[in-house]
Amino acid sequence: MQSHPFKHSWVPYIFVAPQIIIILIFFLWPAGQAVQQSFYREDAFGLSSEFVGFLNYAEVLDDPEYTSTVLFTLLFSALVTVFSIALSLLLAVQANQVIRGADTYKTLLMWAYAIAPPAAGLIGGLLFSPLVGDLYQLLNNIGFDFNHNRNSSDAIFVVVLIAVWKQLSINFIFFLSGLQSVPNSVLEAARIDCPGAIKRFWTITFPLLAPTTFFLLVINTTYAFFETFGIIDLTTKGGPGGSTTTLVYKIYQDGFLGADFGGSSAQSVMLMVFVVVLTVFQFKFIDKKVHY
Amino acid sequence: MKTTFLKAIAVAGLTASSIAAHAVTELTFWHAMAGRNGEMVTTIVNQFNESQSEYRLTAINKGGYEDTMTAGIAAFRARNAPHIIQVFDAGAATIINAKGAVYPVQDLLEDSGAAFDKNDYLSGVRYFYADSDGKMIGMPFNSSTPLLYYNKEALKKAGIAEPPATWEEFETIAPKLKAAGYTALSQSHSPWIFSENFHSRHNLPMATGNNGYDTTDVKILYNNDALKMHWSKVKDWLDEGYYGYYGRNWGDNQDAFVQGKVAMWLGSSGSFGNLKQTTDFEFGTTFLPYWSNLIDEPKSTFIGGAALFSFSGHSKDEYKGVAEFFKFLTSPETQLLWHKETGYVAITNAAYDLAQKTNLYKEMPDAEVGMLQLSQESGEWSKGYRLGYYVQIRESLFKNYERLLSGQTSVDSAFHAIEQESNRLLRRFNATYK
Repeated sequence: MQSHPFKHSWVPYIFVAPQIIIILIFFLWPAGQAVQQSFYREDAFGLSSEFVGFLNYAEVLDDPEYTSTVLFTLLFSALVTVFSIALSLLLAVQANQVIRGADTYKTLLMWAYAIAPPAAGLIGGLLFSPLVGDLYQLLNNIGFDFNHNRNSSDAIFVVVLIAVWKQLSINFIFFLSGLQSVPNSVLEAARIDCPGAIKRFWTITFPLLAPTTFFLLVINTTYAFFETFGIIDLTTKGGPGGSTTTLVYKIYQDGFLGADFGGSSAQSVMLMVFVVVLTVFQFKFIDKKVHY
Repeated sequence: MKTTFLKAIAVAGLTASSIAAHAVTELTFWHAMAGRNGEMVTTIVNQFNESQSEYRLTAINKGGYEDTMTAGIAAFRARNAPHIIQVFDAGAATIINAKGAVYPVQDLLEDSGAAFDKNDYLSGVRYFYADSDGKMIGMPFNSSTPLLYYNKEALKKAGIAEPPATWEEFETIAPKLKAAGYTALSQSHSPWIFSENFHSRHNLPMATGNNGYDTTDVKILYNNDALKMHWSKVKDWLDEGYYGYYGRNWGDNQDAFVQGKVAMWLGSSGSFGNLKQTTDFEFGTTFLPYWSNLIDEPKSTFIGGAALFSFSGHSKDEYKGVAEFFKFLTSPETQLLWHKETGYVAITNAAYDLAQKTNLYKEMPDAEVGMLQLSQESGEWSKGYRLGYYVQIRESLFKNYERLLSGQTSVDSAFHAIEQESNRLLRRFNATYK
């Protein structure tokens, strides 16, 4: 006898269980704790604790340093997202046209993907070190008065450069596979109608890459917000003058270094809400323009 | 059969009692010392374990100062705290003001029947980790103080006989050093050297409420004319090319001195061992300069570094072991070893005497400069400070000094911002730790 078509088997639940448990333990539980802690004022050792409602939030929002951190985070994520998507698209288009040694190019462009952000930060920190850094010497030798330990704009340049470099590879992989899935018949038809390669790219190829670009826009924004911590910690430590402090870095400074758990929890809840809103916005307004 | 059974019980009983007799109490010690200093912690802990058989202390490195403190906080909250933890100067207020988190060292020693006399400790060290009544809460461990290191060859080349004792003297020699091709000065920690110790050296209060010892309801006093004058001078020196700022990393500013770009460097009394290894020129060590227009006779400086605290919630027997370790640690022989090998100052008078008797300072005169500076006359405001969220306040200092040096902001507005941000943090700390 066959089983009832609407009666589900319990086997799939077993297969998804490990993933669900991991999310519960490592994401939902700590996130819940952060939400709870953000409403309390508590000493670091948990010996005295007082419910204060939204006071921690009010104090964070009242801090002028927090406003400048929000502005820098927006600027930083915009720069990182735009440059890493634009450059990797350019590289993917070029690599897609290479006939000889294509695999070598592809491999070389992909392998920075294996580098963890802190390692990228360490390498970048050495390249820009005022005492031994080659890039630092180069920039100063060609006439720039470059000093990222003193000048905010130079420091922003350094962290954006490293963050973009680190992210290029993964974007490149997605764009390249996107380009390879563009049907040849479409391209050939386009070639007959339109002789200009650049125009052909923007009218035919790029719209076909739109779903990939949109996906990369979402993951690059999240990357700039959350995963660039190691780069910042190992190059500028949020300086000079607080000019490269992102929201995540400030949470680390106040909570991890400064032992202010209530305040940093409030900041992380706000960050969480902010990123959710941003992602919803991206899906709502940009997703409409994307043709799948 | 029966006899075998009885024998077995007897043997088992004997074994059990012999285990009980030799039961070793396990103690843990979390610290932040790496490299050479970490090796010396291991050496001292091993010596302690070999010196007696009742306790076995295990020392574990938990990363940097902040990592160690955060690990300690997490362990305490999980009721799994180590017996001893090393906490740095800026974090001291957090652990001391959390009521019931630690067993004050002085009580711990006295309750365990160990003799304790705070006059055994150097005057500059005695009060830094004490409460407002002078009771020692933490045991000073790695203590250092800011000193001026100078490149003797550079000074000779510029025709300068003596390193500067005052900032006025510095201003007269800085142009000569510049003419000789050197940046005159760099320093490695502007909150510690050019803020906190600026106040102890010139006998100025840093905060209300007796520098924060009496209460947590305090206000910062950094926005004062003396410190503002100093920083407007520092900015002038930077613009003139007398002062080099190589970023906020300690090592980058030290490296500029080691590489001979900078003629004089303000660092820690614990730096000379490392400088000896890395420099290829002869250098000298002297006291932290002061402004003679602010004070005639400079006062002693603060110590920096960290102290050992004992968490509450352990058994009486375990605290006895902790007391034994503290006694071992503060013995003149251990202190001398620590002082000699790491460059941190010896914290007791007996250890200082022993160092003099064993001619340590004849071999290494630089090692004594920090001891002498800490033994200078102490002023009303040179015993220390106790300020909450001080890690964040230091961050605010770093940040605003960098804005000041890059010309983004004026001296007045930088210190106004420091005052606002510090007082906001102190208010928050007071509301949390009341």
